Amino acid sequence: MAKKKVLMDDGLLKVVIQRLCHQLVENYDPGHKVILIGLQPRGVFFLNELSSQLKALYPGIDIPVGILDPTFYRDDFRRGDKQLLAHATKIPVNLDGYKVVLVDDVLYTGRTIRAGLEAMLEYGRPASIDLLVLINRKFSRELPIEPLFVGRSIDHYDGQKVRVIWKGEENPVSQVLLAQE
Amino acid sequence: MQENQLSTKHLLGIKDLTASDIQLIFKHADEFKEVLQRPIKKVPSLRDITVANLFFENSTRTRLSFELAQKRLSADVVNFSAATSSVKKGETLVDTVNNILAMKVDMVVMRHASPGACVFLSQHIDVPIINAGDGTHEHPTQALLDAFSIRERLGELKGKRVVIVGDITHSRVALSNIDCLQKLGAEVMVCGPATMIPKHLSKLGVWVEHDLDRALAWCDVANMLRIQLERQDTDVRFFPSLREYSLQYGLTQERLDKLKKKIIVMHPGPINRGVEIASEVADGDQSIILDQVENGVAVRMAVIYLLAQQIQRT
Repeated sequence: MAKKKVLMDDGLLKVVIQRLCHQLVENYDPGHKVILIGLQPRGVFFLNELSSQLKALYPGIDIPVGILDPTFYRDDFRRGDKQLLAHATKIPVNLDGYKVVLVDDVLYTGRTIRAGLEAMLEYGRPASIDLLVLINRKFSRELPIEPLFVGRSIDHYDGQKVRVIWKGEENPVSQVLLAQE
Repeated sequence: MQENQLSTKHLLGIKDLTASDIQLIFKHADEFKEVLQRPIKKVPSLRDITVANLFFENSTRTRLSFELAQKRLSADVVNFSAATSSVKKGETLVDTVNNILAMKVDMVVMRHASPGACVFLSQHIDVPIINAGDGTHEHPTQALLDAFSIRERLGELKGKRVVIVGDITHSRVALSNIDCLQKLGAEVMVCGPATMIPKHLSKLGVWVEHDLDRALAWCDVANMLRIQLERQDTDVRFFPSLREYSLQYGLTQERLDKLKKKIIVMHPGPINRGVEIASEVADGDQSIILDQVENGVAVRMAVIYLLAQQIQRT
């Protein structure tokens, strides 16, 4: 059986997400057009959590959210054994002039983000795009992509896998696990 | 076999697909339909794939729909129609296709007048083949887009009742539709003059009805097939006159108004207004004929994308 270590438990996860909410509000002028966009599939669970915490902390600030599926823009199409499954995309606005915060749960090689950036440009020309991730796996990047907002940065060995589990998804509590494959 | 992948290398007919294959195609068609609503209706997935559209038989809508689907996936497209080709000079099908493949084509979409032409070709060439209609045999992408359009209006097809009206004997649309709808759990009825319904069709598990009004009262969806006027010119006539056919099997607003529920009306096109379907029905609010055409592009994108996914990049 794979060895698992809890990186973040339910309580810590909540504190970290609240901090990220404060940082978002600190960095962005609410008068400016801002949108949070979660990357399919797993970034969307994180986005939902982030968005509901944001509403609870700052009821006066209404930041729209969208979801984006990068599948058709991936660079590993027809390259490996992994079959890519498409998911839904819902961007409620034309992104022209928006400050976009791209949201994903784990940043690893950066290739998913690259595909996401390309997919996003089909929906307009944002004023800027920043990256917010819950877990930043350092030293594993294959592309020059770095997040602006980070929940937790971790070092890791090859063969270790980070799993972010959200409450409700057949699980009683939310937590972040580091598993040895 | 992974569930994100089709269980077949070619799309020769609905026969080759499982119910989960069809659901996978629909899932992707949903996402491609979203792509088609955007200002930039294009994704780059197939930019290193070349597709040859081989139309040995005439077609407008299907060929355009396939070509648009390919271009919106960023594939390179070459078109071929028999009328302007060396087929006229006596070249065989396998030779023609092998010559095209020698120019590094990765996928073939083919329409042919002979039933089984695609199956035959699949035994002789390596690349994925999509059947765009082979004689009176199958027209799988039409059946997929029909089922997709019904699903869009009525939700999952399980338990839904669909009647296919018209010339069942000569219709590849009918055969593929029956198979596809049944795989998704719908009940299927065929309706038409006895001369246009093959013997023993009930062995496929479909209801056979010769009275249009009874069929309409039974169904949730009526799929009206085109009366192939060209077949009326041969020695064997399948019904006495167009007027008689239209009186007995033409779908009119009056017939729809008599029903207790609002059924959905479909037609694979091209329509003969005033023969199998009245103009006001074709243009009415129960008709989803234009939705079918729109969905055709998304469904074909899904099929091409999923088959292309299996071609390993070298």
